[in-house]
Amino acid sequence: MNLKVADVLKKYTMVIALIAIVIFFQVKTGGSILLPQNVNNLISQNAYVFVLAAGMLLCILTGGNIDLAVGSVICFVGGIGAVMMDKNINVWLAVAVMLIGGLLVGAWQGFWIAYIKVPPFIATLAGMYAFRGLANVVLQGFAVGIRNTTFLNVFGGGADCYIPDFFHGANLNVTCLLVGIILAAIYVIMVFKNRISAKAKGYDVEPIVGVLVKAVCICAAVIWFFFKLAQYKGIPTSLIWIGLVLLAYAYITGNTTMGRYLYAVGGNEKATTLSGIDSRKVYFFAYVNMGLMAGLAGILTIARATQAQPTFGQGYEMDAIAACFIGGASAYGGEGNVFGIVIGALLMGVINMGMSIMGMEANYQKVVKGIVVLVAIVFDVLSNKKKK
Amino acid sequence: MSKILLEMKNITKTFPGVKALDNVNLQVEEGEIHALVGENGAGKSTLMNVLSGIYPYGTYEGDIVYDGEVCQFQTIKDSEKKGIVIIHQELALVPQMSIGENMFLGNERGRKNAINWNETYGEADKYLKMVGLSESSRVLIKDIGTGKQQLVEIAKALAKHAKLLILDEPTSSLNETDSRALLDLMLEFKKQGMTMIIITHKLNEVVYVADKITVVRDGSTVETMDCHTMEIDEDRIIKGMVGREITDRFPKRSDVKIGDVNMEVKDWTVFHPLYAERKVVDGVNFNVRQGEVVGIYGLMGAGRTELAMSIFGKSYGSDITGTLSIKGQEVNLKNPREAIDAKLAYVTEDRKGNGLVLSNPIRVNTSLANMKGVSNNGVIDADKEYQIAVEYKDKLKTKTPSVEQNVGNLSGGNQQKVLLAKWMFTSPDILILDEPTRGIDVGAKYEIYCIINDLAKEGKSVVMISSELPEVIGMSDRIYIMNEGKFVGEMKAEEATQENIMACILQSTGGGEAG
Repeated sequence: MNLKVADVLKKYTMVIALIAIVIFFQVKTGGSILLPQNVNNLISQNAYVFVLAAGMLLCILTGGNIDLAVGSVICFVGGIGAVMMDKNINVWLAVAVMLIGGLLVGAWQGFWIAYIKVPPFIATLAGMYAFRGLANVVLQGFAVGIRNTTFLNVFGGGADCYIPDFFHGANLNVTCLLVGIILAAIYVIMVFKNRISAKAKGYDVEPIVGVLVKAVCICAAVIWFFFKLAQYKGIPTSLIWIGLVLLAYAYITGNTTMGRYLYAVGGNEKATTLSGIDSRKVYFFAYVNMGLMAGLAGILTIARATQAQPTFGQGYEMDAIAACFIGGASAYGGEGNVFGIVIGALLMGVINMGMSIMGMEANYQKVVKGIVVLVAIVFDVLSNKKKK
Repeated sequence: MSKILLEMKNITKTFPGVKALDNVNLQVEEGEIHALVGENGAGKSTLMNVLSGIYPYGTYEGDIVYDGEVCQFQTIKDSEKKGIVIIHQELALVPQMSIGENMFLGNERGRKNAINWNETYGEADKYLKMVGLSESSRVLIKDIGTGKQQLVEIAKALAKHAKLLILDEPTSSLNETDSRALLDLMLEFKKQGMTMIIITHKLNEVVYVADKITVVRDGSTVETMDCHTMEIDEDRIIKGMVGREITDRFPKRSDVKIGDVNMEVKDWTVFHPLYAERKVVDGVNFNVRQGEVVGIYGLMGAGRTELAMSIFGKSYGSDITGTLSIKGQEVNLKNPREAIDAKLAYVTEDRKGNGLVLSNPIRVNTSLANMKGVSNNGVIDADKEYQIAVEYKDKLKTKTPSVEQNVGNLSGGNQQKVLLAKWMFTSPDILILDEPTRGIDVGAKYEIYCIINDLAKEGKSVVMISSELPEVIGMSDRIYIMNEGKFVGEMKAEEATQENIMACILQSTGGGEAG
């Protein structure tokens, strides 16, 4: 039993670290970090991190490969969209161009990486310069404002980017709370449905106590989270995009053959190739996906700021990479999952926000972030060492 | 009786949850070659790691008495200072550096901050001569063959003034000629008074060089045999290793009907992928019938793996010519996928490097080559995948608590079974097994042989590549002999003996070594 508790602690180390950090800031900021507005901001400010980290995870899975260009791509794609909307071109056409633009950029980089075997670091470093330059060309060095309200509402910009409350609660967004309860219920039903069917087929199942504890914890967290949002203005539209992306990527990595290939290539590329899998296609897929996510992150970024600026997206690639590594993705590839990157992104977000509320100087904030990333990786390396 | 150089008394070493060594005693006399044998995981390497200080004093119980004094080694450096040098199974050389640089790595000649290159290369050449290498010590490691690299390792040990040399599986990656040369070198060193401990799976080598044999089983020393006072043969050693007598190392195949030709290779020629002028496989012709086990015997470097991989969807080599027919139809397999679709399977010799994804569980490895079999439109059917993994685990008797176990945690024999399961799940008609029993213990070998027999019984064609003569003779219906890229002989199993196969190779070897 003792051993099992240790296993659980190890598996959820980052979750525990996240809780510990939240408690720390809760004490240090006199309770303000968990104010409804701050919980809300944690999501909407960091929307781009969740989206980018999902794409980055696929690249990292293939062997610790990263994409340095995403920050520039965000700016480039966002710039194109902003300029198009500024010229009153149809908003959906602009959105499509931004997404396809991201996809094409991903295909461009993926081609060099997968088929010409340019090391990803170099190929995307080149992209980082080139697309930043192109972004400046598109924006001609100026900020371009966005006035299209449809765009802003759908992608979470401006002031009123929330799902309206259909029940008109007084101080509480009832719709939001209901969504939370429904999501928790769906989760519980799925867990038990799975368990019953697994048992029926005679598979080993986890002990019921563990499953119950886990389910209770997750339901409590989900409901608490939506309750906090309900106390503010409800569900921010960016949360919907985050949710869709995370669900899609959890499905891709966990349930599809392509997801399996990503892990296999990262785990042992030669063995994968000899198993009849074209590893080039796997790399290409990962980078095309990354491009698409950069496109979406570009949309979310300009929507939130209600404008596009030539400096947008700087350092975003690093936030995404950090979220992946803090969330347990292996720097050598083949290990990592979507749940992990969510925790990683939240952890970075909480630390950022907590330090800002405490009024810590921006320069020191960077130092702290650096140390957090290092500690997370050191922990990963040491715990892997012990396994051997 | 000469003096006892090394005595390990009551050594006990525990890892979390496992007792790797339990009260082990080992005595080594000065000037003898002492062989340490045992199945995989018996604790041989752990014992040597204790001796050389890799597991420092304090992490184990018991005493090491060396040269009359009790030693408490904290690091490898401590044991090396005393003249105990260990040569590990995996070569620890830097390919991009020269022989001389490698020999004195961490032990550089010259002053503290300035390497004396003349001294380095001069000294290195001296030691190279002692191990019979004519190469200059300025040659880069990557430019010499594995056999010579192993000799460099030994020269490196000599440069450390070794008095007690420990060789862990020194011949595991060497061909027969190089192995023999290495063993002869050991006998030569013995004459000069050096003491050696050799760990090996190859029992014929043990019989050839050892003065004494200590058998380790399940973390304890079972017995020590003196080769000068006892009659020792391989069967006697095996009995000690497995604790029972194995009457038949190769299970018999019965009632197998050998049918039509399943695969035929004609004039197969392959060039090296980097050195385009080097012919690796030269005009090879062979065929294999339904229900037949065909052995391809050849020394390491004969081109066997290259032949197999070039057939398997051109996964090796450049400028491949020749024809490949499956069931009478000529086919052109451009990549592994096409080969798998043509019902061909290649089970690699290098299961860790080319075969398995060690960080993934058995379940995932089992389905990797046939994801279509467990998915619909690119979505994995988790239930089906699990069931299939369990089915093959039971069928091949893979020892594991669950199919969710990572393959990296399994023993060599069980890893090999997972690899076989992966390829059997692609439902091939023709299986090319490249060294299917390399580095696995006697018991697991027997089980692999049984699997091969079952495959033949199902009417599949098996091509078994091996560099172990008894295995080739014991398992095959027909044997091809390969040397220097060519097939130099073909014989029925009944006609084959170790002598006439070796004769075949010796006759065909025309100057230069098989590299």
